[in-house]
Order: sequence, then structure tokens, then C-alpha cells
Amino acid sequence: MKYCFLIFILAAVPVFAVQELPEDQMFPDTNAGVHDDTGMEPFVNETEVFVEMSEDALSATETEPVADSKLMPPQNVTAFDVPHDDGEAIMVVWEPPPEKTPTRYLLEISGPDGLWHEVTETVMTQYRVSQLTNRVLYRFRVSAIYPEGVARSEPTDPVAPLDHWLKLGEVPVLIAIMIFVFFLLWFIQAARRGVELFVRRISGLTAVEDAIGRATEMGKPVLYVPGLSGIEDVGTLAALNILGEVARRTVHYDVKIICPNRDPIVYTIAREIVKETYASEGRPDAYDPDSVFYLVPDQFAFAAGVDGIMVREKPATIFLLGYFWAESLIMAETGASTGAVQIAGTDSVAQLPFFITACDYTLIGEELYAASAYLSREPMLLGTLKAQDYGKLSFLLAMVILTLLAVLFGIDTVGWVEVR
Amino acid sequence: MATDFWTWTAAILTLAILSFLYDDNAFYRTAEHLFIGVANGYSIVLSWYNVVIPHMIDPLVGAFRTTREQGFTTAFFTFDELNVLNPYNDNNFFIIIPMMVGSLYITRFIPKISWMIRIPIGITMGYYTAIAIPASFKASIVRQLEASILTRADFSSWSVLIYGLFIFVTTVATLVYFFFSAEHKGFLRPVSNIGILAVMVGFGASFGLTVMARISLAIGRFVFIFKDWLGIVH
Repeated sequence: MKYCFLIFILAAVPVFAVQELPEDQMFPDTNAGVHDDTGMEPFVNETEVFVEMSEDALSATETEPVADSKLMPPQNVTAFDVPHDDGEAIMVVWEPPPEKTPTRYLLEISGPDGLWHEVTETVMTQYRVSQLTNRVLYRFRVSAIYPEGVARSEPTDPVAPLDHWLKLGEVPVLIAIMIFVFFLLWFIQAARRGVELFVRRISGLTAVEDAIGRATEMGKPVLYVPGLSGIEDVGTLAALNILGEVARRTVHYDVKIICPNRDPIVYTIAREIVKETYASEGRPDAYDPDSVFYLVPDQFAFAAGVDGIMVREKPATIFLLGYFWAESLIMAETGASTGAVQIAGTDSVAQLPFFITACDYTLIGEELYAASAYLSREPMLLGTLKAQDYGKLSFLLAMVILTLLAVLFGIDTVGWVEVR
Repeated sequence: MATDFWTWTAAILTLAILSFLYDDNAFYRTAEHLFIGVANGYSIVLSWYNVVIPHMIDPLVGAFRTTREQGFTTAFFTFDELNVLNPYNDNNFFIIIPMMVGSLYITRFIPKISWMIRIPIGITMGYYTAIAIPASFKASIVRQLEASILTRADFSSWSVLIYGLFIFVTTVATLVYFFFSAEHKGFLRPVSNIGILAVMVGFGASFGLTVMARISLAIGRFVFIFKDWLGIVH
């Protein structure tokens, strides 16, 4: 526990530390002016910073508003790094002119190229300029726009967006993960002690055994598509876990498995999983290296290829598990037309309706994540499934308690869990 | 009717793909294989010019060339002005490390050392799992919690209250449906039924919306055939 505290303190130090930039990176003191090219050099690198700016800034052009010395400019214009972020934003705040309220404000930015570019026009007195380049110095100025003309403020001191080690705005995420990890360790320990872990029947997963049995009886292959997304997707990770269990059953029943892939890394992992499963089940000789293959990276070319496999190989069972996009219905409809039993599952909310309409069984979101534990019945994996369940229970309780506190006592509980 | 060669090519390939609606046939197979072949070839060229050359070959060749001309200095292990390691510098020896790890994927072709493929796979899976878990917690759990909590502001009018209550109740019911540690019996049964009903209503709305988008895509294709190719529609 004390080590956790120490790590937390160490991680927090940079957040609270004053981050100063070296002297040689500061701007020379310049007088503001329209297109005042002060000869500022690129300070940290020569990146085309304006290409990386927000959409407002992307549409920006060099501005040249007409200044009127009788009108009052915005007061106390200051720019500061947005704290506890990943170093891509600067907040600019200002006060309205004391005498007359302008119709709107024009915010401008000057970066390494030394020119002034429009960021936005706004009626607010603050603006978060995002998608800036980390550790590059910028200056800002704000013009008050009146019907009679424009009054421009002095430029702010140069300021750079800095990244921080700990994003305090994401502490609720850290707490949620810690709660989940606690349940995870707890249930894995329980599983190791031999505690019986109950999981209710999930019909889509109960059908897996029957579907592979059907393929055995018909003497036809099983087609397994582990989604079209990359390995960074949770749905893909779940699909690869299930692939191991499906491959295990195909070894037992001596059924051919066909597994086309769209992502090269997913393909490599899928291939290793199937190969490993055949070896661990004592049938390395039965493993066909061509059963798991890379098809094509293009989304609809992949769909066309899988459709071709479906109509030519006529698999008895089709698994469409993982993350899918618009090709989901194309593949599911073709599979249905071949008469195959289809078990689909995805955490892509937009594609689930298509699978529900075109497939025999559909694993909806959480059921996909639960599948590998459910199928294997391994105590360790069941422990993760239970942790997942109790994580959801914690979420539900938190929702009810925070609602009661907010409604009955007027406490800002939404702010407690707000991710910034 | 169009006279442009590529319009004709696109139109014929469109019809070849659409012929699959009747049955698998030689035209579809030709278009399918052409599609897959072209897409693969294109992606290889794209990877070569957008990934391999700028991120691997150029920095390494630059580093070797500069070493030959100026001798070896620690400047090749580049840090920027704020003493932060910069792995994307033009002349960079650091690129050798990821290059070697990535090259282990090729060991699958050498049976004796094919086990080494597990090293990049392990690194890749570990890296992406670490990225995926916090992102999922943030997007699917914490933000959902934030949006589902009822506050006093939700009691400002009937419409706001009904909307807020609907979100709250359906979120609770859906969570109960996806609770696998208990049978859906007794009190849990009606609650989980409400949950799956809410999910299906959501899917229905999503289905309608997406189908409309797909129909507009199909219309776009038919416009191409009848307007750009045949010139029947103006």
C-alpha cells in the first residue's frame, strides 16, 4: 500500500511542479500590429503547426481587422496551459471592455511562423484552443468587434501547451479501473481456492457446441471471421479469445476451420492461437497452415472475398465475432442465404441490429466479452467474468447512490465523476 | 452514354459485383478477385511509401550517412530542446530497436526459430490492451455514469424529468439483463425484460437510420450507372 502511495506521489509531482521553458525559447518582446512579422523563429521545431490546429484554425486566414484607437479593447487577456492534459491545449481568457459591450470577439494566434491567424469569433470571454503542438510557444490576442470598428488587445505572453504525467481530470477512470482490478484479483483468488462460480446460461454461447456438431455431421467447414478491426479493439481481443475455444472444438470434432483476416497483426495472432490449440489438444498434425490466412486490408474487398468463400465453401457454421462496420450485413445476409447456422457477436452498437436480423444467434456487447470464459469454464477466466459482473453491479450502485445524493441533498455528484 | 474508358470500367465492375444478387458467377468472381488483388497491391505500395520508407529506411540511412560524414555522436539518439526523447528525428539509430522487434514476425518462415514471433505478438497485445482498457472504461463506463445520474436540474420540467427517468431506468434494467451471475428469476425477470426491450428499441432506431444511409449509397451507385454511364437520367 505504501508503495502505491509513493508511486502516486511521484506521478503527481510533475503535475504540481511549475513547468518553465528555457530562456532561449521565449519570444522576443514585440509590439503587436497587423501582420506584425516580428521575425520570430520556430522555437522548438519547424512543424507546420497550423495544419494541426482545430477546425476553426484550419479555416483561418491571416487577418487584418481595422483597428480603431477610440474603442476599448478586451481587458486582461491571458493565456495559460490547460492543466493536467496531454499537452495540446491552451486556455485564453479575457474581460469585456469596461464601457461598451462589443458584438463579438476575434481571437487570433501567432505561432512559430510569426504571423497572426484567426482562431475563432465568439461572444464568450474565454476559449480553449486545442490541437496545438506540444511544447511549441504561442501568443494570442483578442479583438473586440464593434459596429464602428475593432479594438485589439496587446498580445499575451508566449505560452506553450505542456503535457503532464497525471491527468487529474481522468481520476474517475483510474478509480473505476482500480475497483475492477480489485474484483478481478478477488475472484481469481476465489477460483484458485476452488469456490464454485455460477454463471447463468447464455443461449448464443450454448449454441456454439451444437453449431460445430452440425458442421461435423454435414462434413462441412466452420468459417470464423474475427472482425475487421485491429488488435487495439476490445472486440477483436474477445474474438481472438473465442477463436481458441472454437478451434478446440473443431479439433475434437475433426472439422476444418477457415479463418480469413483483414488485419495483418490480428492474422498473425489468430494463426498462432489456432496452431497452439491444435498442438495443446495433441493434434499438431491436423493443423492446416492455410486454414488461417490474410485476405485483404480493404473493407469491402474483404467483404467480397468472405462472401465468395461462403458461397463456394458452403460452411455449415459461420462465426462473425469481433468489431464490424458497414460490411456486417453484406456478410451476414450472404451467410444466411447459404443456409449456414450463423453466430454473430460484436460490441459495435450500429452493427448489432443487422446481426440480430440476419443471424441465428447474436452475442450482444457484454456477452461477447463473457464468451471465452463461458465456453472454457476455466476457473481463472470465470473469475474475470465474475469481476466483470461485479464491476457492473458497482456501476449500478454508484449510479443510484450518486443520483440520491444529487436529488436529495443537491450535491454536484456529476462533477465527481466528470472526465475532463 | 459515357465515352470515358474508366467510366466504362467502373460501370462494368459495378454490374459484375451486383450480379452476385442472382448467384455466384464468373463475372462476380472476376470482379471479386480483381478487387482483392488491387486492394492488396495498393496497400503494399501505400505501406512501403508511407510507413517503411519515411519511418524506417530514411531515418536509418540518414543516421548512417551522417555518421560516415561526421563521425558517430550521441546526437543520433536525439533529444529535443526540452530533453525529451524524440524518436522521429530525421537521423535516428533508435529506429533499429522497433525494426528488430518487428522483423521477428518474419521468423514464422523459419521453423526452428518460429517461436520468436511470440515476442512482437506479446508486445503488440500488451501495448494495445493497455491502450484499450482505459479508453473503454472512460468511454463506456465513466461517461455513461456521468450521463445517467439524475440531478435536481432534471426536475425542472416534465419533459426533462421523463427523459432523465427513462435514461436512468433503462440503464439500470439493461445492466441487470447483462448480469451473468444470477438467473433471471423473480424480481430480476421483469427488470431484465425491460432491459432487453430497451436494447431492442435502440437497435430498431439504429437499424432504420443505418438502412437509410445504405439506401442513399445504393442510389448513388444507380445514379452513376444511369446518369454518368448511360446518360439516361439528367
